[in-house]
Amino acid sequence: MAAARDIAEPKGRMAGAAGAIPRHHYAAFAVMVALLLVAPLFVYPIFLMKVLCFALFASAFNLLIGYVGLVSFGHAAFFGGAAYITGHTAKVWGFPPELAILAGTAAAALLGLGFGLLAIRRQGIYFAMITLALAQMIFFVSLQAPFTGGEDGIQAVPRGVMFGFLDLGDIETLYFVVLAIFLGGFLLIYRIIHSPFGHVLRAIRENEPRAVSLGYKVDHYKLLAFVLSAALAGLAGGTKTIVFQLASLTDVHWTMSGEVILMTLLGGLGTVFGPAVGALVLVSLQNYLAQIGSWVTVVQGTIFVICVLTFRRGIIGELGRLLKRSL
Amino acid sequence: MGHAETAADVILETEGLTKEFRGFVAVKGVNLKTRRGSIHALIGPNGAGKTTCFNLLTKFLVPTRGRILYKGRDITHARPADIARLGLVRSFQISAVFDHLSALENVRIALQRARGGSFDFWRSDGVLRDLNARAVDLLDAVGLADFAATPAVELPYGRKRALEIATTLALEPEVMLLDEPTAGMGHEDISRIVALIRAVSANRTILMVEHNLSVVADLSDTITVLARGEILAEGDYASVSRNPDVVQAYMGSGND
Ligand SMILES: Nc1ncnc2c1ncn2[C@@H]1O[C@H](COP(=O)(O)OP(=O)(O)OP(=O)(O)O)[C@@H](O)[C@H]1O
Ligand SMILES: [Mg+2]
Repeated sequence: MAAARDIAEPKGRMAGAAGAIPRHHYAAFAVMVALLLVAPLFVYPIFLMKVLCFALFASAFNLLIGYVGLVSFGHAAFFGGAAYITGHTAKVWGFPPELAILAGTAAAALLGLGFGLLAIRRQGIYFAMITLALAQMIFFVSLQAPFTGGEDGIQAVPRGVMFGFLDLGDIETLYFVVLAIFLGGFLLIYRIIHSPFGHVLRAIRENEPRAVSLGYKVDHYKLLAFVLSAALAGLAGGTKTIVFQLASLTDVHWTMSGEVILMTLLGGLGTVFGPAVGALVLVSLQNYLAQIGSWVTVVQGTIFVICVLTFRRGIIGELGRLLKRSL
Repeated sequence: MGHAETAADVILETEGLTKEFRGFVAVKGVNLKTRRGSIHALIGPNGAGKTTCFNLLTKFLVPTRGRILYKGRDITHARPADIARLGLVRSFQISAVFDHLSALENVRIALQRARGGSFDFWRSDGVLRDLNARAVDLLDAVGLADFAATPAVELPYGRKRALEIATTLALEPEVMLLDEPTAGMGHEDISRIVALIRAVSANRTILMVEHNLSVVADLSDTITVLARGEILAEGDYASVSRNPDVVQAYMGSGND
């Protein structure tokens, strides 16, 4: 029995073992933070901030697809919806950036609640189709509504001064604020995955009827996960607006939903660090291949096919398998 | 035994339970009475409607007609998650474990439910460690103590069924519904599960579907024979096995 109690606490190997955070997660996190701290010395900071926003977006998406097994085709609505709200409140209502981002995040959470209530009872492809249809409605609202600026979007959004003393007009300050937002979101997602709630989510992903038969109201759990994912996607979208001073139709377009799926798959579905790595790879590709114009989409498509055919676990998923660690 | 006392003895009861699938009647006017504290077996040839009955009782299916009473309370329109909270917990015909969770985590998911809601996404899962000791005890009770850290998917079939029972037991159910607990098992596993069911039946009611007639003969106090959705016979093993209709039904389908 004593022996059983010992092995019941596997040393970080097994994903989901309760309690102590595995040491290799600390190590990987430390490496990531160190790289992000020195990166602006070598890489254009606006590019890095774009990566960080998409890394947060993909991590939020992964919370749903990787840990609940729900495939949403409509996450652009939360990212883009928040982008518009942040843009509008900052530019027209004169909100300081922290409140503007918060407003965008809250709007995305509310939108997520609405989507969730309508879609959460559906399974598999039906769930995906409903989220896609609802996101398309948000796209058309964005195209038509007066406050979104139609094809032009909301331009020249002021970056403003955060908390009354952080001038985001200064690119270095802006970078570290965006980095802090990303790390905050990332750690929150990590905590959600490793909370009692996260354990139930994993059980639902593994065997939903069994979770029901044990008395779990699985729809409530899925709905909360959906709202959290939407809110965090909104946090990413709102932050993006402050960085680029722009909210546009691209942010709510269905291709944005597609890109976040691609980032997550590429990096490794259901891994902690995968979506961020996937975002880095995809945003880099888009940037460095920009000169070849529309061929970028062809390259993306090819990557997607290669990814699905050869390394299904994604970059970090395969790496984790080699190292025999869940990353 | 007086009449009133008999009524109080029945923990689970159906009245005219019927389920139609697009015109096909899978369960037809079933009146089932399960006595508190008994082991009650539901047997019958393939396609007799046993699993459908289970799905109706646990609300995984909505009956076309009829009522279900649990401790005298009408639960016909309750939801499946509520049924579990009332103390009526099922297993599945195809083994139902959480594949990529360890055996310990499988049991702990059930213990976590018993502890209350788990919507606390901001809290560290370190709080779940308090449940580990109880989880290990439950694993120990089904002979799985050495497999605590093994992912369920890697357990041999018989062990999976044992894990399922440990998980169900974690909820301390008053009534356990087991759908073919020994299906697909070898002799050794079967005798282990039979002993286990006998042990856990001490202070609870068990309703089980079982094909293996020696297991049924061994364990059950009452047997209900279902054929083509209807109750064909009911009683103890001796009387049911002598019933000509039952013999006919089993011969007719070439089963067992
Ligand atoms: N969802 C469904 N839709 C249509 N028909 C169904 C459905 N579920 C079960 N049936 C039919 O109802 C009948 C009873 O099925 P059920 O699974 O309850 O039988 P069973 O007694 O459990 O059989 P087995 O011993 O093979 O497990 C079968 O003829 C089956 O084909
Ligand atoms: Mg069956």
